[in-house]
Amino acid sequence: MADRRVVVVGAGPAGTRAAERLAAAGLRPVVIDEAALNGGQIYRRQPAGFTRPAEALYGFEAGRARAVHGAFEALSGLIEHRPQTLVWHIYDGALHLLCGTKAERLPYDALILATGATDRIMPVRGWTLPGVYSLGGSQIALKAQACAIGAEVVFMGSGPLLYLVAYQYAKAGATVAAVLDTSPFSASVKALPALATRPAMLAKGIYYTARLALRGVAVHRGITPVAIEGDDGVAAVVWRDAAGRERRTACDAVGLGYGLRSETQLADLARCDFAFDPIARQYLPVTDQDGRTSTPGVYLAGDGARIQGADAAELAGRLAACAALRDLGHSVPAAEFASLRAALAPMAQFREGLDTAFPWPAHFAAGFADSDVVCRCECITAGDLREVALEKGAPELNRAKALSRVGMGRCQGRMCGPAAAEVLADALGVPVEQVGRLRGQGPVKPLPIATEIVG
Amino acid sequence: MSRFRRLGETGRAPIRLTIDGAEVWALAGDTLMVALLANTAALRDSEFDAGRRAGFCLMAACQDCWVWTEEGERLRACSTEAADGMRIVTRGTAWRIDAS
Repeated sequence: MADRRVVVVGAGPAGTRAAERLAAAGLRPVVIDEAALNGGQIYRRQPAGFTRPAEALYGFEAGRARAVHGAFEALSGLIEHRPQTLVWHIYDGALHLLCGTKAERLPYDALILATGATDRIMPVRGWTLPGVYSLGGSQIALKAQACAIGAEVVFMGSGPLLYLVAYQYAKAGATVAAVLDTSPFSASVKALPALATRPAMLAKGIYYTARLALRGVAVHRGITPVAIEGDDGVAAVVWRDAAGRERRTACDAVGLGYGLRSETQLADLARCDFAFDPIARQYLPVTDQDGRTSTPGVYLAGDGARIQGADAAELAGRLAACAALRDLGHSVPAAEFASLRAALAPMAQFREGLDTAFPWPAHFAAGFADSDVVCRCECITAGDLREVALEKGAPELNRAKALSRVGMGRCQGRMCGPAAAEVLADALGVPVEQVGRLRGQGPVKPLPIATEIVG
Repeated sequence: MSRFRRLGETGRAPIRLTIDGAEVWALAGDTLMVALLANTAALRDSEFDAGRRAGFCLMAACQDCWVWTEEGERLRACSTEAADGMRIVTRGTAWRIDAS
């Protein structure tokens, strides 16, 4: 039993807690992560030589961040940490890895995928201009590199990250030209009962909003993006206010995002069953309450399974490890399962509240001009997608991909996937679940031609 | 013209790179993306329209921040640490095909 190889993919909060639980059971898990340093995106660490304290980087979450970093450091010698390593494919019970230019096959007995999330993007005319970054990317520039994405920044989109990143930028001394939220204030009121299930989280959201107001940052709700303008880089955002008036905000950078999107490509390659999640409006891997997927020996935890945030990810990581241990024949106390499940229960309700407060603006897809770029990798437009839907008979996303190349570019649909689904569904006049999902394909990220196979 | 603005952590050791042949200064610990965009406005040409690109996600997901070394090696700027002496190309074809 001691020889069983358990692999954890991802060294964020979920992966860290999973590895910690496996090590506590006497296993020596392999932890694979693309980044050089542990922490994931939320608790991303600054490189050696940077001196800001955790409070400056993570705010209210400094204690959590320190705890997760400390837990990972305490595993030194107890786990096999493989940083800067990409899992580019999974088949026949083995991971296919790339580290530098070296490729390797790594069979596993159990696999815990803690792959996290990326920003969920709804394109807007001009979003490929230099100076437009995802909200999460804007935050990474500040957190990991002490940089702002520009001299005058507009944050546009929706979701809690919109306010958090704007607040962090203003606090760090950046000029925030405006916060433009597509969700109306009434949506927040409607979501209050669900959000109140986690009062501390709700209080933080109110705090960021209040601090932005105190710093004189203009916050507009219920807006509609029109375009990001500029010749060789961002010069302004054009938007309509809640009353329908067109307005223009000068800036040289835009942070754009609408909540998060689970990173599920590895679960797909591991042949896990997916089902449409009406809250996320995304096909997500099906799991039981402890993180077991339909593929025996494959488990999911954290935002890569469903978006519930870092605190839930820590719990889910540990829970998935418990499930894997039990399935491998280890004894895990029933009380441990019970307490983790109970702690996770309110997270789902809070998550629903966030989706009510900051809804994904699916209806923007219908408003795109034919010339608006949906796929930034290969400049595939809304018109291209409508053409494959209406003139070439693509009934779902994979056919649309084959005919238009949407989702086939270097990002493999990570940036355009959710919006492409909405444009296709709108063109066909069907609910978005009917156009399906882009199937994951290996390699999930481009590989260098000069790759040496070492194992 | 630079794109990114440094808001702190400027006491690190300086490093020297070239961008399209021009010498620039950055700081040890910079990602290649930050080292470049603290000195210039974009990272590469788009292959599919006339525009320039300067990255997007900063978390190794979108692959929008590819740059090339003068030797023709492709680097993902957001997840590569800048190093003293790097010679980076952001315009045109980075690699040479020798006629033989």
